[in-house]
Amino acid sequence: MNLDQALQTFIVESRELLEDMEAALLAVAQAEARDEAVHAVFRAAHTIKGSAGLFGLDHIVAFTHAVESVLDLVREDKVELSDELTSLLLACCDHIGTLIDAIEAGQLEADAAMNERGAPLVEQLRRHLGAPAAPGALALAEDSPDASAIERIEGEAGHSDHWHISLRFGRDVLRNGMDPLSFIRYLGTFGTVAAIVTLADAIPAAEEMDPESCYLGFELAFDSDADKTEIEGAFEFVRDDCRVRILPPHSRIWDYLRLIEELPEENAKLGEILLHCGSVTAHELQAALAAQSSAGATQKIGAILVEQRAVRPAVVEAALAKQNQVKESKAQESRSIRVDADKLDYLINLVGELIIAGAGVDLIGRRAHLPDLRESVATMSGLVEAVRDSALQLRMVKIGATFNRFQRVVHDVAREIGKDIALAVSGEDTELDKTVVEKLADPLTHLVRNAIDHGIEPAELRAQRGKPARGTVRLNAYHDSGSIVIEVGDDGGGLKRDRILAKATERGLVEPGRTLNDGEIYSLIFEPGFSTAEQVTNLSGRGVGMDVVKRNITALRGSVDIKSEEGVGTTVTVRLPLTLAIIDGFLVGVDKSVFVIPLDMVEECVEFSAEPGRDYTNLRGEVLPFIRLRELFELEGAAARRENIVVVRHAGRKVGLVVDTLLGEFQTVIKPLGRVFSQVKCISGSTILGNGDVALILDVAALIGDTERLAAPRLAA
Amino acid sequence: MSTANSRDGEVSTLRIEGEMTIYRALELKQLLLARLEESAALEVDLAAVTELDSSGVQLLLLAKREAQARQRELRLVAHSPQVLEVFDLLNLNAHFGDPLLMSPQPS
Repeated sequence: MNLDQALQTFIVESRELLEDMEAALLAVAQAEARDEAVHAVFRAAHTIKGSAGLFGLDHIVAFTHAVESVLDLVREDKVELSDELTSLLLACCDHIGTLIDAIEAGQLEADAAMNERGAPLVEQLRRHLGAPAAPGALALAEDSPDASAIERIEGEAGHSDHWHISLRFGRDVLRNGMDPLSFIRYLGTFGTVAAIVTLADAIPAAEEMDPESCYLGFELAFDSDADKTEIEGAFEFVRDDCRVRILPPHSRIWDYLRLIEELPEENAKLGEILLHCGSVTAHELQAALAAQSSAGATQKIGAILVEQRAVRPAVVEAALAKQNQVKESKAQESRSIRVDADKLDYLINLVGELIIAGAGVDLIGRRAHLPDLRESVATMSGLVEAVRDSALQLRMVKIGATFNRFQRVVHDVAREIGKDIALAVSGEDTELDKTVVEKLADPLTHLVRNAIDHGIEPAELRAQRGKPARGTVRLNAYHDSGSIVIEVGDDGGGLKRDRILAKATERGLVEPGRTLNDGEIYSLIFEPGFSTAEQVTNLSGRGVGMDVVKRNITALRGSVDIKSEEGVGTTVTVRLPLTLAIIDGFLVGVDKSVFVIPLDMVEECVEFSAEPGRDYTNLRGEVLPFIRLRELFELEGAAARRENIVVVRHAGRKVGLVVDTLLGEFQTVIKPLGRVFSQVKCISGSTILGNGDVALILDVAALIGDTERLAAPRLAA
Repeated sequence: MSTANSRDGEVSTLRIEGEMTIYRALELKQLLLARLEESAALEVDLAAVTELDSSGVQLLLLAKREAQARQRELRLVAHSPQVLEVFDLLNLNAHFGDPLLMSPQPS
């Protein structure tokens, strides 16, 4: 029995549940599908509480129970879910998260610091528990997922009477990892055990007693406002290993008699136990036992038993059936498997090798002029491609999850600085590689914070400009020619062009008198230490953000771009390559070398024709600058008689690459260059051809960037 | 995780240290029953018990019953806080009938 692994699963699942809880709370704040969101929050808290109880993590159970109590009232519309309560609940979410973190670090019990942090939260929660009904409260929802409606009537009995719970644990309870003590403790979290009698009668003679088996039974008097389902729920995990009988308050004496009859111990002793628990009075017990012995009474018991049997099992069955329904629907939601990221990488590596091996076979087939072989290889290549695509898909995650986390950031930060800001998210289904998503989180957070802090103006200024009081921050994502594009936009005040230029000049980043276009001016904010913020907040303004953002994105082989209009808003566009491991490429030959151009970026191929000495050509009326790769890479050898131009396109810009021969499509694995070559621009990797030669992969974005830089002085000249 | 034994005339002392849980249940059962045979009274010192689970409770209950059956005396002394908590939870103090001394320890 491996408790550690189970605990690890508990930690991971609890964290996911906390995320669900947070998302649902924020959804309620935005008034979307309110009822469902409230139910989701309640379910998450309830599940965490239950699981924590299994591991005996009483401090988590206690805290989550307080949260659950308030959520229960919200569910029944007895308490209104105000902004303030939402923030309180979010804070509670965080606190539970801290408790879980402590568990992960090995600390399984509460400590003083934790209690200190939790106490004020619990205090505030208690205040809500005493709150009066919200005005215009609706009646109980008809289709609550819980079966509480069925037994609620019995549970609302007064405090003076209590439930009677009879437990007989099975032999294997301890061996199966449960401990009766934790169930009794758990009961104590949502009620009081007014009286308890421990029964050890089932312990056999000393020689036969197996110390690892459980022979214990308990009779409890339990005081609680909970309903039968909830009490039964406490024993759900031990249903197979324990006989549980629950008698609600105000049960008739016949119910107790039936209980006595059913239990294995002696009747008289049981009667005494019930007496001890306070579940029956001495008088009642005497009268009942006396009546039982007379014939007439047996009939009466029989009749009542039939009636009871008819009612209770049906009720319990209905409750169980509904519980199963809920469980089934939840199971359907999560048809996924947890996979080790390393195993996935290994698989993709293997697929890459498979592709190279396949290319080798194809080459042999070509040389040996075996059409049959080539046909088989073609089929095989098709399958390998499909495997490749699937493998890469496994690493792709939707960016929606990342985007939605920003709801919380926007919510908290906006409140912190007193602005009313909403987050509009689109393109959530856009997929990108898992590692890219993880590395994106930090830069995106910074960009969003900037937008909130510096982009959106204070309410009065917005009113003056005729904008709605609520500012909007936009997150958008989409695919574009082999890249993924992510936009962070706001409808705030825009970048102040002149201020930026002035500041840059002041810092010596720009020579005075030099003219720059808008794009270049905005790019200045990526320089380290640059900030035109008048006030430094603890969020931003110190000038350490934007250059780090740019560096992170460049490290991912991406690019950042800013568009802004003063008074209207700003949009930061981040562009990243889609997949990093395997690409479809287009082979070209220059002199004796072979290069690979990413197929996504290839637009067309044309014959080379241009005036000598010029570096541009006429492409159907369009001016197309080109780069002679032979010159760029300083390859010796005479130029071929006929050259070709491969027109490539990236981020809306087109460039031609002059090459000697066109060698066709080729899918290939990118092998990164060694560290020695990492500074080399324009080459993003290498690959191995079918014949064993090495081909270099061109970094088209860098090439295009180069062209522009090289072109500029010439134009000026 | 150890136990210490001593004998002083008519009373044996068994000091249980560490966890009194299912993991040691077999070992502890044999120990308890063996010690019970040695003299007319057995004093079980629980001061160093760090954890008590249901199997531990069962063993104590078994020991109590065996003691009564064999006309011996079983005394539980120096209950540690963990033992006290479980005894309170299951209302076992009356059953064992031992006086409880609660030393002023920070909870």
